[in-house]
Amino acid sequence: MAIKKFVQVIAKFEEDGRIIPLQVLWEDGRVFSIDRVLDMRPGVSLKVGGQGIRYTCRIQNKEVCLYYEEPKWFVESKER
Amino acid sequence: MERIILHSDINSFYANVECLYHPEIRDFPVAVGGNPEKRHGIILAKNQKAKVAGVKTGEALWQAREKCPGLLVMPPNYQLYLRFSRLARKIYNRYSDQVEPFGLDEAWLDVTASSRIHGSGRTIAEKISQAIQEELGITVSIGVSWNKIFAKFGSDYRKPDAITVITRDNFKKIVWSQEIGDLLYVGSATKKKLMKYGIYTIGQLAQTSPDFLVLQFGKMGMVLWRFANGLDDSPVKAFDEHYNGNERILKSIGNSITTPRDLKDLKDVKLILYMLTESVAMRLRETGCYCLTVAIHVRNKELHSFTRQTKLAKPSDLTREIAEAAIALFEKNYDFSSDIRSLGVRVTDLVPDSTPIQLDVFGNEALRMRQAQLDDTVDDLRKRFGNLVLRRAVTIGDSMSGLDPKKDHVIHPIGYF
Repeated sequence: MAIKKFVQVIAKFEEDGRIIPLQVLWEDGRVFSIDRVLDMRPGVSLKVGGQGIRYTCRIQNKEVCLYYEEPKWFVESKER
Repeated sequence: MERIILHSDINSFYANVECLYHPEIRDFPVAVGGNPEKRHGIILAKNQKAKVAGVKTGEALWQAREKCPGLLVMPPNYQLYLRFSRLARKIYNRYSDQVEPFGLDEAWLDVTASSRIHGSGRTIAEKISQAIQEELGITVSIGVSWNKIFAKFGSDYRKPDAITVITRDNFKKIVWSQEIGDLLYVGSATKKKLMKYGIYTIGQLAQTSPDFLVLQFGKMGMVLWRFANGLDDSPVKAFDEHYNGNERILKSIGNSITTPRDLKDLKDVKLILYMLTESVAMRLRETGCYCLTVAIHVRNKELHSFTRQTKLAKPSDLTREIAEAAIALFEKNYDFSSDIRSLGVRVTDLVPDSTPIQLDVFGNEALRMRQAQLDDTVDDLRKRFGNLVLRRAVTIGDSMSGLDPKKDHVIHPIGYF
């Protein structure tokens, strides 16, 4: 079952107030650069239970949903 | 132009938010309940599965568990519900600036002016329903009509996740055939009285002579008759986000509490009344008002309750005067024939604190002014260091003294008028 994994994020704050995530820092030290934000809108994660701004991101050619549930960021993670 | 009013009601609000945040419990009967140890052990909300099992809002947790043995009871998380309520309101605001919340989970919207941009009432309702489901993961029931009463009726008519449109063509079929208790502001007492006169359905009420209703129910009779006929023309009040309340014009300020243990004597009662008054008076001062009337609410452990109110000699916002009035009111009206479970203090007849006050020869106005200064100082200290930084001596040394009604205060649905 997927779990709600809170992650460290490096983000850019735009002048208009938008927040654009740039990198996800995994707990084992790996750094995932976000190649592109494909979509951003309020959304829910029914899989792990959460609600916030959902960023659909392309990371290493995979689509990943990154959620900003103020004040924390989380992803739907497979690992424990 | 005919108005288009929507009433949106979030289905099983608390329970569904809990289910959203706890995927593992989603497929079980779930209820949100208070803490039985603090004696708040009642059902606040339940999901569809629990509803089917017969669990009712407001009943004790043990009663609910008897009906539904596998019931999962979650503790309430008001901060989360407030957040969802705010997010839902933001979605409503996309379609209208006239949004009037009715408690945390309900709201009226007047979308008359935006129908040219966003489409008919039903279309807007569909858009809202979809947005709430996608962005918040919960569902709503929406009623669409030309007045607030029928819109509310529509949102109750079919749930969950449904849209009911009540038009001038179909309201007789939909609304009038329903029993009288489904109409807003027909509670159990009014219902009983109406049934005595052979009025069982909303249609029958609508066709009763308004004169007769006024004779029986006073001015409420006319109001109910208008409600039943779809003649209600009350506007949807715009909501000011920066104002901490559901209503722009304050009518009363009150706090009540179900105490962790039964109150057995006047000492206990005084403690609680002081504590409640502290919060009420502070909120009164924050709003810049004086009150003219103080009311108390008492409920004993048999769950019988009553309210009493009294006029103050002068408009006041002094904690001491309000508390003393509340205590005097209590002493006059209760004899401790049974222990007390819940107490409330409320102030009404609010006037701006710039209102001139008639002085009298024997009153000590200098003392009142010093009291006011003291209250201001206390307020200031509490603002800076927390509500429990300064306390009345009566509240010290009791297990109940840590209660903070001001901080724990949550806004609940207000009356329609």
